[in-house]
Amino acid sequence: MQENIRALREKTLAALREAESSRALYELKVGFQSELKKVMSGMRELSKEERPAFGKLVNELKESMEEAFEGRAAEIREKEMQAKYAAERIDVTMPGRKFRPGALHPVTIVKNQLIDIFAGMGFKVYEGPEVETDYYNFTALNTPEDHPARDMQDTFYIADKLLLRTQTSAGQIRVMEQEKPPIKILSPGRVFRSDDDATHSPMFHQMEGLVVDRNITLCDLQGMLAEFARRMFDSSTKVRLRPSYFPFTEPSVEVDLSCAECGGKGCRLCKGTGWIEVLGAGMVNRKVLENCNIDPDEYTGFAFGMGIERIAMLKYGINNIRALFENDERFLGQFR
Amino acid sequence: MKAPLSWLKDYVDIDVSAQELADKLFSCGFEVEELTYLGDKIDKVVVGQVKSLTDHPDSDHMKVCVVDCGEYGGDLQIVTGAPNVFAGMKTPCALDGSLVVDTNPASKTFGGQKKIKKGKLRGVESCGMLCSGEELGITEDFCPGAGVDGLLVLDDAAPVGEDIRKVVGLDDWIFDISVTANRPDCQSILGIAREVAAVLKKPLKEPDVSYTEHKTKKKPIAVEVQAPDLCPRYIGHYVENVKGGETPAWMRRRLALSGLRSISPVVDITNFVLLEMGQPMHAFDADEIGGGKIVVRRAKQGEKITTLDEKHFALCPDNLVICDGEKPVALAGIMGGLNSEITDGTKNVFFEAAKFARDSVRRTSRSLGQSSDSSFRFEKGVSAYTSEKGMARALHLIEELDCGTVTNLSEDVCAADLTPRKMTASIQKIEALLGIFVPREEIEGILSRLSFAPVLDGDNLTVTVPAWREDVDGYPDLAEEIIRMYGYDHIVPTFLERASVTGGGLSDAQRLEGKVKEVLRTQGFDEACTYSFYSPKEFDLFRLKEDAPERRAVHILNPISEDLSVLRTFLAPSMLQNAVRNIRRGNEEGRQFEIANAYLPRSLPVSGQPEEKKRLALAVWGNKCDFFDLKGAAEALEEEFHFRLSCGRAEIPWLHPGVSARLMLGEKEVGCIGELDPAIALSLGLDKKVYLGELDLEALYPGMSAEAKFVNLPRFPAVKRDLALVADEDVTCAQVEEELMRACKYVTKAELFDVYRGGQVPEGKKSMAFTLTFTPDEHAEKAFTPEALDGFVRKILGNLKFKLNVELR
Repeated sequence: MQENIRALREKTLAALREAESSRALYELKVGFQSELKKVMSGMRELSKEERPAFGKLVNELKESMEEAFEGRAAEIREKEMQAKYAAERIDVTMPGRKFRPGALHPVTIVKNQLIDIFAGMGFKVYEGPEVETDYYNFTALNTPEDHPARDMQDTFYIADKLLLRTQTSAGQIRVMEQEKPPIKILSPGRVFRSDDDATHSPMFHQMEGLVVDRNITLCDLQGMLAEFARRMFDSSTKVRLRPSYFPFTEPSVEVDLSCAECGGKGCRLCKGTGWIEVLGAGMVNRKVLENCNIDPDEYTGFAFGMGIERIAMLKYGINNIRALFENDERFLGQFR
Repeated sequence: MKAPLSWLKDYVDIDVSAQELADKLFSCGFEVEELTYLGDKIDKVVVGQVKSLTDHPDSDHMKVCVVDCGEYGGDLQIVTGAPNVFAGMKTPCALDGSLVVDTNPASKTFGGQKKIKKGKLRGVESCGMLCSGEELGITEDFCPGAGVDGLLVLDDAAPVGEDIRKVVGLDDWIFDISVTANRPDCQSILGIAREVAAVLKKPLKEPDVSYTEHKTKKKPIAVEVQAPDLCPRYIGHYVENVKGGETPAWMRRRLALSGLRSISPVVDITNFVLLEMGQPMHAFDADEIGGGKIVVRRAKQGEKITTLDEKHFALCPDNLVICDGEKPVALAGIMGGLNSEITDGTKNVFFEAAKFARDSVRRTSRSLGQSSDSSFRFEKGVSAYTSEKGMARALHLIEELDCGTVTNLSEDVCAADLTPRKMTASIQKIEALLGIFVPREEIEGILSRLSFAPVLDGDNLTVTVPAWREDVDGYPDLAEEIIRMYGYDHIVPTFLERASVTGGGLSDAQRLEGKVKEVLRTQGFDEACTYSFYSPKEFDLFRLKEDAPERRAVHILNPISEDLSVLRTFLAPSMLQNAVRNIRRGNEEGRQFEIANAYLPRSLPVSGQPEEKKRLALAVWGNKCDFFDLKGAAEALEEEFHFRLSCGRAEIPWLHPGVSARLMLGEKEVGCIGELDPAIALSLGLDKKVYLGELDLEALYPGMSAEAKFVNLPRFPAVKRDLALVADEDVTCAQVEEELMRACKYVTKAELFDVYRGGQVPEGKKSMAFTLTFTPDEHAEKAFTPEALDGFVRKILGNLKFKLNVELR
C-alpha cells in the first residue's frame, strides 16, 4: 500500500514537471484524483489498526500534491500570461480614436475673454442694433452734422440718417436712455467703415465699455484698464495714457499697452517704441450725459472702446486682418 | 501737418533734439507720425573747392579736377563731365563711399540712393564725384542754384570740408504731426509752434503782422455778406501796384519744404500764410472785379463757374459763392474763378481772408468733387481771429517782399462774436474728474503758457479762452489742458473706490447663443465670421424667384463695390462662399457655422431700421460627408436644449429637391438643411458636395432650454428589442418611428440602425431595422417579463400593419 502511494506521488510529480499548459495540468489533476480514489479504495482491505496510519499517509499525499499542483499552476499561469502579453502587444504610437472638435473664431474667443474679465467687474453685456440712426451713432455722441470728426470715419449709409454703425459707442446712448446710474455696460459687436486694405476691413468688431456713477475719475479708468491689460495679456503689462480726441469724451486718451513681444524694450511689432496702441477712452463728455438726461453735475463716467480684431491680432500674431474673414479651414483650425 | 524744425525755430528757441521734441509733443497730444531727417539720403558729401582742372586725355567733355575737401583730403583727383566746372568754384563733393540721390531714370534705384566709389573714368582715377543739386535731391526753390543743369555752385563763404547738408539746408527735420479734429488751430506752423513753446516752457515769438496803409485813388470794393451763417467773417484788402519778380529764397525754401512750387510773390504769400498761420487766402485780380463789389451768397440754381484749373461747375443754393457785381468769381473756400485769376499782367489785387463754415465747404467740396489745400483747411475749421491775423500777415509780407502797396481800402464784415470768452471753473471739479490733486502753481503755469490767462481765487479758476481755441467750452476741456501738460504719468490707478457695486454678466439669450456655439464646436464645426453684406448677384446664383422674400434687401447707398452692396437677408450665400474658397484652396473637408444677423427691411424703400434677426448658418463639404452630418448638428442642438424639430420635404430653390428638408418647431418653420443644388454646384465648378443649412435662432430660443430636467431612475432596467420591418419605399423613417412610439407607452426610444433593399426584400419595398428601448415606470414593481414584451411587440406590429402597412420581415 505504501508502495502504491509513493509510486503515485513520484509518477505525478514527474508528470507535473512535464506539464506545460493549464489544460495539461487540468488533465493531470483529474488523472491523479482518479488514481488517488483507486488507492483509497484499497483501504477496505486493511485492518482496523492499519487504517489510521494509511489515512494519514493518504492525507499527506493529498496535501503535498495539492501544493505541488498549485505551485506548478502558478508557474504555468505566469508563463501563459507572458505569452498573452507578447501576443497582444500594440504599437502605442498609432493614432488615437477621437472626434475632432471644432474651433471658435478668434474674434469670439477674444470677445468671450473680454466679457469674462469685465462681467466679473460688474459689467452687463448689451448688444445694440447694427443698423443705426444718425442720432445714436453721431449726434447724441456729440458729433453733430458739421463736426470734423465725422470725417474721421467713412460711413456706409442705407438711407437719409440711417447708417451701418461705425462704432459700438452708439449703444452707450441706448443704454443711458433706458437705465439710470450706476451703469456698467459692455457693448460688443460688428461695426462698419468704408475702408478696405491690409489693415482695414469694411466690417470689424468693437467692444465698448461704459461706466457712469458718482465720483468716477480718470484714475478709475486707468485702474480698470490696468486690470484688463493684466488679465488679457500678462501680469507685467503696463498701461500708458496719452492725450487724444474723441467727440464723446473729454478728456480723451489713447491707451497704449507695453509691448508683450519685447516687454517694452522696443521691437518690430511695436516699431521700436515699446508700446502698442490698443484702445481709445476718456471721461464721458458732459454733453453726452445731458443728451441722455443724466445730470453731468451729479454723475461722471468713463468709456473705452477697442477693436476686437486688433486684440486678437496682437494676441495671436496675425498680421493681415482679412485672414480673419476668409474662413480658411487651415486658419480657423488653429484656434482649437 | 508737416512742420520743419527750422521753421518752428523762427518762433521758439528750441534747445532740445528733434527726437526729444517729438517725444514731448507726443506726450501732450501731438503724435509725430513720422520724423524725417531731410538729409537722410545723403552721406559723406562735403563742400569741395576745385583748385585746378585739366582736360581728360581720352574725353572731349570730361575734366580732371584737383579738389580741396579740407580734412577729407586737400588734393583729391576727381573727374567730372559737368560743363559748368571752373577753377576756384565751391561745389558739393561726394567722397569715396558716399551716398547721393540716384538721378538715372533707367536705374532700379532711381530716386533712391546711389553709392559713389573710387574708380577709373576712361582710365583716369576719380576719388569721388562733384554733384549737382539734383544729386542732393534738392530743387531750385529749395536752394538757389540747385536747378542748374550741372554742378551746384555754392556760395564762396561755404567752408571747405563742411558737411554739405548743413550748407544747402538738408540738415533739417520734418515733423509729420497727427493733429486731432478738435485742434484745427494746429493745422499751421504757428499753431504747432504755440504747443512747442508751451511744452518747452519757452516764450513764443509771434510773426510780424505790422504794415502801413497808403492812401489810394482807386475805387473801393465793397463787401456784402448775404449768407453770414456760411461766412461768419470776410476781410478784404486792396493792394495796388503789384509787382512780379522773384520770391526771396527763404520763402521759396519754406514752400518747397511743404511741397509747393513758387509761382509769383503774391501767390506765394497766400500759400505761405496758409501754411504759417493756417488761414487760407485768396487773391483776386482787382481790375477783373466788376461792379465795385464783392457779394458772398448762396449760388443760384444752375449758376455756372469755371475754376482756376479750368473745370466747369453748375451750382446749387447749397454752394457758397463769392461774386462781384455781376458773376461768381470764386467757389468760397475752395477755389478762385478763372475770370479773376492773378496773371503776369495783374496790377492790383484784392486779398480775401475769410472764415467759411466748415460743413458748407465740406459739402460743396464733396458734391462737386473739387478740393484744394484751402478747402481741406476750411473743413477742419478756421477761427475768425485767424482770418484777421492771416490778412495782417499777408499785408506785412507784401511790404517785406516789396511786391505791392498796401492801400487803405479794406472791408471787414464780421458776424462772429469776437469778444474774448471768459470761463470760470471749480478746481475741485477739475480734480474730481482727474482723480488727482494738481499743485496750484502747475495749473497756473500750464494755463498761462497755453495763453488762457488764468486767475486763481480759492477754488475758482477764471480763464480767458484764446481766440483760436474754439474747441474749449467747459471745465473738462480745462482738465484736459492741465493733464496733458502736467503729464498723464501723474494719473494713479484706482479701482472705482467710491462707486456702487453692480451685477454683471450675460443675458439669457446671450448665454444661450454661447452655448449653441459650444455645442456646434463639439460636433466638429469651426466658427466662421463673414461680412454682413454681399453682392445682389447672390440672389441670382441662389435662383431665388423675383418675388422671393430674400430679395427684399437693404442696399448700401455708398458701397465699396457691388460685391459688398447688399445687407444680407440670409446667411447661406456667405457660407457657400466660404465653402467654395476653401475647396478652391484645397481644403477638401470642412464643417463651419456662423451666428450673425440677417437684415430684414420693414418697408421698402427703407424708411427705418431693418429688423435684425439672429441666424445660424451651417456648411459642410467634402467626400466623407452627407445630409446627415447637418441633421446630426441640428439633433445635437435638440438634445442639448431639450426641444424637438421635425423634418419635412422642402422645395428650396438652392437645395437639391431630394436631399433637403424644412425644419419645423411645432407648426413653425425654423429653417432648412440640404445639399446645395447640383446645378448650382456645377455652375461654380465644384467637384465636392456642399451641404448648407440655415436656422432662425430667435424662433428657436423660446423652445430652447439649457436647463436639464431630471427624472428618477426606474428600479428595473430598460430592455432592448430589435425589429426588422418591411415597408413600402415611400414610408419614411419618421412615420415608422412615430407609430412605434405611439403604440406602446413603454417605448422610450426607437432608433433606426439599418436600411436594406434587394435580396429577400420585394421590389418597391425596403427593410428597416429598429432598436426599441422599453423602459419601465419609475414605480414599477417588477421587471418586464418576456411574455409582457412579446405582448408589446404584437401590439406595435398590429398598429404598424394597420397604419402604414408595415410588417415584420
